[in-house]
Amino acid sequence: MAVQKLPLAKALNESLRKALETDPKVLIMGLDVGKLGGVFRITDGLQKDFGEDRVIDTPLAESGIVGTAIGLALRGYRPVVEIQFDGFVFPAYDQIVSQLAKMRARSLGTVKMPIVIRIPYGGGIGAVEHHSESPESLFAHVAGLKVVTPANSNDAYWMLQQAIQSDDPVIFFEPKRRYWDKGEVDTEAIPGELHKARVAREGTDLTLVGYGPMVKTCLEVAEAAAEEGKSIEVVDLRSISPLDFDTVQASVEKTGRLVVVHEAPVFFGSGAEIAARITERCFYHLEAPVLRVGGYHAPYPPARLEEEYLPGLDRVLDAVDRSLAY
Amino acid sequence: MTVESTAARKTTRRSSGTKRTASASTSTTKKTSTRAEAVATEPELVQLLTPEGERVQHPDYDIDLSAEELRGLYRDMVLSRRFDAEATALQRQGELGLWASLLGQEAAQIGSGRALRDDDYVFPTYREHAVAWCRGVDPTNLLGMFRGVNNGGWDPSTNNFHLYTIVLGSQTLHATGYAMGVAKDGADSAVIAYFGDGASSQGDVNESFVFSAVYNAPVVFFCQNNQWAISEPIEKQTRVPLYQRAAGFGFPGVRVDGNDVLACLAVTRSALERARRGEGPTLIEAYTYRMAAHTTSDDPTKYRRDEEREAWEAKDPIQRLKTYMENEGHADAAFFEELETESEALGKHVREVVRAMPVPEHMAIFDNVYADGHALVDEERAQFAAYQASFEGGEAE
Repeated sequence: MAVQKLPLAKALNESLRKALETDPKVLIMGLDVGKLGGVFRITDGLQKDFGEDRVIDTPLAESGIVGTAIGLALRGYRPVVEIQFDGFVFPAYDQIVSQLAKMRARSLGTVKMPIVIRIPYGGGIGAVEHHSESPESLFAHVAGLKVVTPANSNDAYWMLQQAIQSDDPVIFFEPKRRYWDKGEVDTEAIPGELHKARVAREGTDLTLVGYGPMVKTCLEVAEAAAEEGKSIEVVDLRSISPLDFDTVQASVEKTGRLVVVHEAPVFFGSGAEIAARITERCFYHLEAPVLRVGGYHAPYPPARLEEEYLPGLDRVLDAVDRSLAY
Repeated sequence: MTVESTAARKTTRRSSGTKRTASASTSTTKKTSTRAEAVATEPELVQLLTPEGERVQHPDYDIDLSAEELRGLYRDMVLSRRFDAEATALQRQGELGLWASLLGQEAAQIGSGRALRDDDYVFPTYREHAVAWCRGVDPTNLLGMFRGVNNGGWDPSTNNFHLYTIVLGSQTLHATGYAMGVAKDGADSAVIAYFGDGASSQGDVNESFVFSAVYNAPVVFFCQNNQWAISEPIEKQTRVPLYQRAAGFGFPGVRVDGNDVLACLAVTRSALERARRGEGPTLIEAYTYRMAAHTTSDDPTKYRRDEEREAWEAKDPIQRLKTYMENEGHADAAFFEELETESEALGKHVREVVRAMPVPEHMAIFDNVYADGHALVDEERAQFAAYQASFEGGEAE
């Protein structure tokens, strides 16, 4: 059966299974990935079927997980590492930024670092602190890393395998609040490029750019705006580094307006980069300044306040109205 | 294998008054008595050659080397020291931006480096010039990063010698992961990770101990305790002798006289064999001394006393082997003369190669950032090329 309806989490699980079957050098590593199958069950059943040598439960030490993965990659393996939650990646940040990202350049291109670091990220699930952050800009800023995030089940299935096949280190952000959303997965259709953005909905009045968990929000905004007679185009970036500015530019040249939406704090965030580049690329097409909707310059709030912090339908619609008012 | 190591048991015996082998010289004992108690209690060192050049026996680490092998170790140490001196001089003359001297640590590095097999894999920090020498790495390759023409500059798989790692301790995890891969492959090679007393405080070193113990990885941790982490003395890093930490992680630790090339060779060989037999990691603490500055950027006179250095000069690793070889007739005057000539030739060669090292092409900034390409790098490369071309006036020159 080529097309199945799967929750995003299950699509990731199927993707990992396929990768383990296809390439004996692929390893899964992380805390709780074995018997438990991961706290979100993304690796459910994989250790049972592929053994403890392929699906490796590790000590509770994030730097150790990434650092040993680097050594395994040097030995010819392709480790897929799970960091349990976004806010727990920082003990491994030094290994990722100072070592993993630079190894290829330092070796004059002689070594490969085919490591995928999977990070469930973002809020909206009522978690305690360190479990709801969106640190994608911190990784996108670092040369040598690639950063991607799927927004639906089909992308989850295919993008993860493409990331595993890449000889570059890929930070794979999983939108944890969308893990349980079902979507069609076509396991046979040849997928597009990993780093190409996708127009998720066509429109003519304004472009909404989002990625990961915010794509669904953006589509809901477009739906609501349509009821008011506004035609909104939604672009799902899919990849944050490299970022497909061509697709965003083409959309903005059509609509003349751009609002970027992400959960991460707006300040120095990916929206700033998109606003700056798109302003450079299509200044004369813009009818309004590029607006951004995202988190505030404050620690991620306690769960009872997260709906205020996260971009929701009303905040994005407000930005849409402001843009259209120019 | 019990957690308690041979060396740890010996220490217990020592504390009860049984002295089995030559210990460090009196002057050092006196000196360290002012330091924190746990560090000052100098545990027994594995030693096969005393500072006076006298051959002594050790029950666990016997070694039998031919005169030719002894001359080989001596030659390695002399040439490493000569290379290091040349690099220091080149830095003083402005040819290198920085240099991290290995002066005084030749025995620790040559002894451990010569214990390795070709298929073993080395993860160095940034001072392992003599280990690189043992691996057959062209020594001038080591100078690229110090001259500022690259940030590493060699293919680690050519000599199974990984790139220098500047962030302290990071490479111990790479070594552990690599060793986990060796075990997965069913290979019988081993991995060695070098780090210093300062790095022993880093979380990554401790995490590498945890991982290697848990997975029984075939890795040897070779800590060169050279007593100083820039200006911080060893007692600012630890309250227990470093080798004793291994017991807490579940593998053996041993302290070796780091200025005794024979002992370093014997102890490392033993630890590597243990790893190859599938018995897991070992921590070796090579007790030695950094005779020069941490790097050419610091000034040791600001933080340590001349008497300390003088005490260690009496334990010089090269002189003690020379004394032994001369006393035993393992080398004649011609050998030392030829080595002197070879040494000068090496220095000259290094000088010439360094001075001739080309500044990389400007576009090299964008090389090798990604294996599979990256749109932004491509875009910026093109912009930079256009910007550069705008200065070249139609390339008439």
